[in-house]
Amino acid sequence: MFTQVTLELLGGFWETIKIFLLTLAFSIPLGLVVCFGSMNKWSPFRRLEAGPLHFLSGWKPIRWLTRTFVWIIRGTPLMLQLIIIFYGPGLMFGLPSMPRMTATIVAFSINYACYFSEIYRGGIESISRGQYEAGQVLGMTKSQIFFRVVLLQVVKRIMAPMSNEIITLVKDTSLARIIGIYEIIWSGEQFIKKGLIWPLFYTGAFYLIFSGALTILFGKLEKKLSYFRG
Amino acid sequence: MAILQVNNLRKGFGDTDVLKGISFSLEQGQVLAIIGSSGGGKSTLLRCLNFLETPDEGEIWVAGKQLLSASEEEIRQNRLHFGLVFQNFNLFPQYSVLENITLAPTLLKQGTAEQIREKAMGLLEKVGLKEKAESYPHQLSGGQQQRVAIARALALNPQILCFDEPTSALDPELTGEVLRVIRGLKNGGNTMIVVTHEMEFARSVADVVMFMADGVIEEMDAPEQVFGDPRSEKTRAFIRGAQEKF
Repeated sequence: MFTQVTLELLGGFWETIKIFLLTLAFSIPLGLVVCFGSMNKWSPFRRLEAGPLHFLSGWKPIRWLTRTFVWIIRGTPLMLQLIIIFYGPGLMFGLPSMPRMTATIVAFSINYACYFSEIYRGGIESISRGQYEAGQVLGMTKSQIFFRVVLLQVVKRIMAPMSNEIITLVKDTSLARIIGIYEIIWSGEQFIKKGLIWPLFYTGAFYLIFSGALTILFGKLEKKLSYFRG
Repeated sequence: MAILQVNNLRKGFGDTDVLKGISFSLEQGQVLAIIGSSGGGKSTLLRCLNFLETPDEGEIWVAGKQLLSASEEEIRQNRLHFGLVFQNFNLFPQYSVLENITLAPTLLKQGTAEQIREKAMGLLEKVGLKEKAESYPHQLSGGQQQRVAIARALALNPQILCFDEPTSALDPELTGEVLRVIRGLKNGGNTMIVVTHEMEFARSVADVVMFMADGVIEEMDAPEQVFGDPRSEKTRAFIRGAQEKF
């Protein structure tokens, strides 16, 4: 019986792991794009400062758009986003719906990219101006300053909030069942019909071991970056 | 010909004019000390020379060539004429002392890795920190960090090396080692501009002293003149105030 339950749960857990890994693979870089958008300084109307449309002069459309988007994504439940992304295209535009797993990864990646972008922004803005200026007076280009000087310091500073968010992701994967992904909790719930409750507790053990492993991994990374201060 | 010629430099932030038309020149190998109260425009002048701020008006000429700042690339090239040592050192914390010095020359492809390394080691020897090459910035004292920052600036062979209050962030007992290094650079023939509150240092090391107040050059002359017999009333008041501190 135990072996049978374990095998069944492992099947669900594989889906959980897939959501987890694919979401990270897409949302970590996508978060950087969203982050740059939310810090964008482009302001097409700044020349109108003196005229009657002066209220437009400080408007930064890319920043405004990105921040509004982040507000919507962070301000609504991930479950709602999942449902809309899976059913929306079909019901609203008559398009064929995406495969369930694709819709899940799209929804999760967008959602987590928005959270990550805010963590990145906090990290980038916490780097002192002196670091940029030191790079500038040494003749470095903007991208050299970002990649060779700033980035590793940002990575070190955002380690703790990122590990928080990533451990939350482990558990958020369970939301995908709402659009029919057979993840681990669903697979555990199958056994309730047979009058068994312990497989559900058993699913908890999977989560605990997984997040425990991540905690150890992040501890190692933090230690690796502890050779410098800043 | 002057190595540096500045004509009518102006810079404002919002409604405040910080530099109100600064003109001066500096000869090759001279050391210029800029003194004056905080808010007088000293640091802004230095930051304009290093193109960390874009002047609203005025010209900067280095060795007979005017520095224009139309494009980002032009500005980046202009900066290479100058070196800047900051008040807060601004070393890169994730790089060792040696890597701090070799990073920029490597990115600018100023030689092979071996040449760049050798030169950096020579500079570290010059500032007395050869044995710290593999240390990280947080393992050094403030004075040592500032000496690394000086070596880092020298690695690009700037024609004019600028210092923005290089000892203001240091404990008093650590200022000596940094000032000694700067003094050594003068003897090596480097052209330097030093914004400083160390009056004794300005008097003994500078060839020219500039007193700035309210965004203008109030007085600029040999140190004996400025410290011994200042012409302007403002300079006199400032020097008197500075002396009373001791």
